[in-house]
Amino acid sequence: MTETEFLNWVRGPGMQIALAVFIVGMVYRVLENYLIGRKQSLAEPRGSEWTHGVGTMWRRSFTRAKLTTRGYVTLVAGYIFHIAFLVTLFFLAQHVEMFRSLLGFGWPALPPLLITITAVLGIAALLALLAHRLTDPVKRMLSDYQDYLTWFLTFFPLITGFLLINRVGIPYKTLLATHILSFELLLIAIPFTKLSHIITTFISRWYNGAIAGVKGVQS
Amino acid sequence: MSTSLERGIRTWVAQIDAPIASFFTSCVHCGICADACLFFTETGDPKYTPIHKLEPMRRVWQQEYTFWGRLAKRLGFSKPVTEDELKEWEPLVYDSCTLCGRCSMVCPVGNDITYMIRKMREGMVAAGYAPEGLKAATSRSIRIGSPMGVRLPALQAQIKAAEAETGLTVPLDQEGADYLMLLSSAEIMQFSEIISAVTRIFDEAKVSWTLASKAFEATNSGMQIGSSDLAAQLVQRIVDAAEALKVKYVISPECGHAYTALRWEGPNLVGRAYPFKVIHILELLDELRAEGRLKTDGFEDQRVTFHDPCQIVRRGGIVEPPRNLLNMVAKDFVEMEEHGIMNWCCGGGGGVSANERADPIRRKAFDRKKHQLEGMGVAKLVTACSNCRNMLEEGLEDNHLDEDIEVVGLAEMLAEHLAVSNRADTGESTSTAKE
Repeated sequence: MTETEFLNWVRGPGMQIALAVFIVGMVYRVLENYLIGRKQSLAEPRGSEWTHGVGTMWRRSFTRAKLTTRGYVTLVAGYIFHIAFLVTLFFLAQHVEMFRSLLGFGWPALPPLLITITAVLGIAALLALLAHRLTDPVKRMLSDYQDYLTWFLTFFPLITGFLLINRVGIPYKTLLATHILSFELLLIAIPFTKLSHIITTFISRWYNGAIAGVKGVQS
Repeated sequence: MSTSLERGIRTWVAQIDAPIASFFTSCVHCGICADACLFFTETGDPKYTPIHKLEPMRRVWQQEYTFWGRLAKRLGFSKPVTEDELKEWEPLVYDSCTLCGRCSMVCPVGNDITYMIRKMREGMVAAGYAPEGLKAATSRSIRIGSPMGVRLPALQAQIKAAEAETGLTVPLDQEGADYLMLLSSAEIMQFSEIISAVTRIFDEAKVSWTLASKAFEATNSGMQIGSSDLAAQLVQRIVDAAEALKVKYVISPECGHAYTALRWEGPNLVGRAYPFKVIHILELLDELRAEGRLKTDGFEDQRVTFHDPCQIVRRGGIVEPPRNLLNMVAKDFVEMEEHGIMNWCCGGGGGVSANERADPIRRKAFDRKKHQLEGMGVAKLVTACSNCRNMLEEGLEDNHLDEDIEVVGLAEMLAEHLAVSNRADTGESTSTAKE
């Protein structure tokens, strides 16, 4: 397979396979949980499940407790990483073009310099989170192979993307194909790993808000 | 695999529901829950990280409810939960978790970790792994009707004392009363002033109420140990008494977990909605205040603060009533830095205080409350849970702060400031004034 053929494959069938696995896998994962079911409470409610559930889906993006230093490291690096990842994914000009070809519509991109800064911040935050996971006793105890595997799968597209926009020595087509492939690997991994939290977090937050909401508490 | 271990695992399989599956799926091992747990913050030991306390149940979820977990189990690649692990996890689940619910408020992915620990205890106790102290308390509750072994004659003696003190009749087994008042064993044995307090308040506010000789105990060790069957039996006694006396309301007393057991878990435990309403004493007092039926005289002359009982406030939803009531009688009422739904636990909830083995870690965890109180200059620490009250008194004593800070029950404080009308004028007293 030539470089061009490989690039065409990852752009075409490769991407289609990855998207299909991601969508079907996530639908399965969500249904697998949902279908276990839950008992409706017979206690007279003080508040609404739905409004509190939806409220917590949003509110839980912010912390309301005082944390320790270790908590703040996770919090700050976590915010930077998530925002940087989403900004580069959705607002890099080349990505906007990809979405336009996929969806039939696009949106304004952010200037390359801003994206570069964002990507650097995202990469730095991910490195900090890895270092913290390896050194913080709580996180080290909680971590299993998936935590490191998913770190790598998330880091890979960010770093290859950064190298791509900064045109380092590696041949362009090879690097581009590798970058796209790394994103496809990430997409495929989501339903099979804790990366599925990108969807299930909102379901969990809803349940949390609903359970507290019945009692009239904003969680 | 032993029969008891198998029973424990079967119980977990039955307990795991859609929210729990979603919570385990979402956890990213960020460890932020550790910062919300006083057993971690006061010891720094990672094993007290809330989500870690669920590890055996998480594995059961993975092996029974996920595609890959089931496949791995079938192929013999999964690690089954062992007796040794249950033994290791027992103190984590019972001694170092008060079910306070603070971790459930901070988890960024929204996991209600406390909800999971409550269900984890079901499997632990089914497998025979629960602390002796809590087992004994539960057994006394079932046999005698009280975790502390309090029997009716003890209550009757306290009723007599309250009647002598107030000059009023304390109604017992009065059919057709509006409200059935429950108590906790600790109130009957240690803080019996509450009986005089509510008698005087209800008399002034003209509340039609009664105590019941067949159901005066509100606490529920069955729920704390995690045995829904036993918890249901204890709730059923109250339901039966309330139905026999045809009351419209059952009053949950100043006891945290009793409120959760009766108000939120109760109908689910007995399998039907109640024909009466459950109201917490603070809710009722706040209603009486709003209706102008509860009037007070004078103010506390010292600075006071309020310790929020977790099960009443964060897990119970009664946030404003205690504050409204305190403001009636305290001009210098100050809040702790983290209060209301983010308050820190006293360290003895969720059955921890009934478990002697947990004493050392519970006393260590009290440092959190001590830090909260430092520099506040409060002379009175008001609360609304007799278990919190015990824990606070003991913790303050351990730290030689008991001379500076007095622990007080909120209803009692209100009764002390109760504005007394001239009953002779109206002659409408509901608790008949004694001749």
